[in-house]
Amino acid sequence: MAALLRVDDLYKDFAGLKVLKGVSMTLERGHKTAIIGPSGCGKSTLLRCINYMETPTAGHIHLDGELFGETQNGGKYQRMSEKQLARQRSQVGMVFQGFYLWPHLNARDNVAIAPMKVRGMEKRAAYELADAMLEKVHMSHKRDEFPERLSGGQQQRVAIARALAQQPKLMLFDEPTSALDPELVGEVLKVIQELAAEGISMVLVTHEVRFARQVADHVIFLGDGVVVEEGAPDQVIGAPKHERLRSFLKQILEH
Amino acid sequence: MISDLASFFATYEENWASWWPQLLPAIWVTIKLTAASFLLALAIGFLLALGKLSRNRLLRAFATGYVELARGIPALAILFILYFGLLPVGIVLDAFVAGFIGLGMSGGGYFAEVFRAGILAVHKGQREAAASVGMTPFTSFRWIILPQAMRVILPPMMNLFISLLKDTSLCSLITAPELMLRAKDLAMMSFLPMHLFVLAGALYFLLAWPMSLLARHFERRMRRGYRAG
Repeated sequence: MAALLRVDDLYKDFAGLKVLKGVSMTLERGHKTAIIGPSGCGKSTLLRCINYMETPTAGHIHLDGELFGETQNGGKYQRMSEKQLARQRSQVGMVFQGFYLWPHLNARDNVAIAPMKVRGMEKRAAYELADAMLEKVHMSHKRDEFPERLSGGQQQRVAIARALAQQPKLMLFDEPTSALDPELVGEVLKVIQELAAEGISMVLVTHEVRFARQVADHVIFLGDGVVVEEGAPDQVIGAPKHERLRSFLKQILEH
Repeated sequence: MISDLASFFATYEENWASWWPQLLPAIWVTIKLTAASFLLALAIGFLLALGKLSRNRLLRAFATGYVELARGIPALAILFILYFGLLPVGIVLDAFVAGFIGLGMSGGGYFAEVFRAGILAVHKGQREAAASVGMTPFTSFRWIILPQAMRVILPPMMNLFISLLKDTSLCSLITAPELMLRAKDLAMMSFLPMHLFVLAGALYFLLAWPMSLLARHFERRMRRGYRAG
């Protein structure tokens, strides 16, 4: 069986600035990969290319054996229509650094609206699903609150529930705790850890190296748009081979 | 002084019975003109805003050109073109029809900018989150972007509505049987221009005032559970 996610030789330029310079990775079902690296190394861009939030300049993505974001005709690749892309994206949950809850909807509707409007679920079923997802992130008690009345950590947990309600094959976390006050980081990490324990497949971009070590089964260190080092967490974080990774870890872990 | 004022108002009392039956239908025409031109301006403005935000260069150029023209040409000129200007080419428009089309076309340019600003005020992360859960651009626009844009759009839209209400008085110049035209007719017949035009002004105010109250009410209601920015 094909890997759940396959990224082949990905390049991304922004107006001449080369951010990704040939990155490949694979993720098996139920596995968790953490991507670490200094700011500007391209780790968020890599994550955003996986669900085509950014269109790669070159390279291809396969999700569950299926070409993602593109259609292939003979030897030619073409970006797929927005409609087709939307259908594929619904298989991938994404959690953003800035949460991006929809401020005009309460917590429950934030989670229920995609099941209703994307999958055409009945309201009652969508609410049942939403309540179950909010339960998972320990936010049931706040389901009627609007985002502005929630703390950053609570907002991010609702955002995680929103992504889970897609019942995605893969979860992408884009620095999910970087915008949070230090005392709120723990509650979000705890939820992510619980999901990891449940066997949800995920790719996690993070600054929390210690957390990455706990939760991931594979760590990729990205430097300047290329994979510098990768492997098991204990190896990459515990016994780094490259000088660049060593100095990065030293800087991070000193704080 | 006080007796002057008293006699000024007494004149209204004396003439009320003859003026009112003429003014009431005219007020109704003004309301209909406002509603019709508002709906047209709304539709034109909405489409133009989508055009201005479109990725298609031709659509963008057309929408931009329209908005510039609509803002630079007096509404009265558009009304005259539609009502008088089209006569030689055999197009005879009813004054009411020419009035609401002209005001709608002119207002559409302003509405376009209001819509565009409202849509652009929604943070791009909102759209990305919608895309990430598998919403198509249309679904995202309908359920995520537009509801948020409306909070920004509604107050200036109500202001434009009030302007439009007052601008319907321009239609008196193309003989639409609305409030200002009737007031002018009565003023000339009765030789009481001060009385009639003060009355007309007051009537426009009475129509506009509830609108600005409504605007404030909307603003408050829409802000519930939400803080802009």
